[in-house]
Amino acid sequence: MMRVSSLALLVLLGACSSAAKPRFDLTNVTGHLPNLKFQLTADNGKTMTAKDFRGKVVMMYFGYTHCPDVCPLTMTRMHVVMQQLGKLADGIRFLFVSVDPARDTVPVLHQYVTAFDKHDVGLTGTPDQIRALAKRYRAAFDRGKVQKDGGYEVNHSAAIYIFDSKGHARVLATPATSNKDLEHDLRLLLKGA
Amino acid sequence: MRMITRLALLALVAWATSGLAHAGVSAPLQVHDAWIRVLPGALPNAGYAILTNPGNQEVKLVAARSNAYARVMLHESSESGGISRMHAVDHLSVPAHGSVRLAPGGYHLMLMHAVHPVKIGSRVTITLRFADGRTQDASFLARPANASGVND
Ligand SMILES: [Cu+2]
Repeated sequence: MMRVSSLALLVLLGACSSAAKPRFDLTNVTGHLPNLKFQLTADNGKTMTAKDFRGKVVMMYFGYTHCPDVCPLTMTRMHVVMQQLGKLADGIRFLFVSVDPARDTVPVLHQYVTAFDKHDVGLTGTPDQIRALAKRYRAAFDRGKVQKDGGYEVNHSAAIYIFDSKGHARVLATPATSNKDLEHDLRLLLKGA
Repeated sequence: MRMITRLALLALVAWATSGLAHAGVSAPLQVHDAWIRVLPGALPNAGYAILTNPGNQEVKLVAARSNAYARVMLHESSESGGISRMHAVDHLSVPAHGSVRLAPGGYHLMLMHAVHPVKIGSRVTITLRFADGRTQDASFLARPANASGVND
């Protein structure tokens, strides 16, 4: 008898907690990563901080503009998801943080992000500012060998960090994430989950 | 006289066309869905395509060049341990009766330093060079930065 009721209680608790907690499709990082916090130069030339994005669901990605394959692939996928969301996408901002501030000047960054989606914001800063932000989210990056023509590649974290409208880190997307799962979780966050 | 000239011309055309057809047969690969992701300004672009080898022997792509870009490289993107990387590859093998897909996130042609700005919607010829010394021209469609493929 005792056993049955504790089982029932467990089931009840399970039901309760699943009703209270949003059921994300992506990796839930709530409570495991710090809140959104930065001060960087945006692609409009202005200094922007995390506070400027309060009230928006924020996706943050570390990349560089001389990356013609993986970064555009990620940004194009985000663009497709934004289009799926229609008007709701206005509640979202995608922050493209440059891990190559030497080449990613404000004009280069501006041209780059505007080629993808109107909800994209490019961010750059001093090498120290970028390093500090990447470190805060344990996002690794390192510059490869410089080639004969002076060019180089930058190996960088593939993750997309997603924050709710209060700036709390909530879920983590990777290149393997499906657009469907991403859209699902963005909708939950837009509803205030 | 005029009749003879016309006949001769027809023969010439027939001969030329058969010659072209022959050249087509000897092309090592069939190239489908070839497109370029054009990034703004002087940023490098990426070329994608499906390469199909209808022959009985493996075809080894070792290099590519184009009049539209100062430099074309064979590249591969990969991801491990949560880190995205891109590196040069010295060749790409297309197996007999098989295909290799150059697609975002994997193999691509790295197109560096456009000679002139590449116009969206235009076509760019890229010459593929194989290990046996043969070459083949392929036509790539220039697509905008946020394109997902050759059609969308
Ligand atoms: Cu590349």
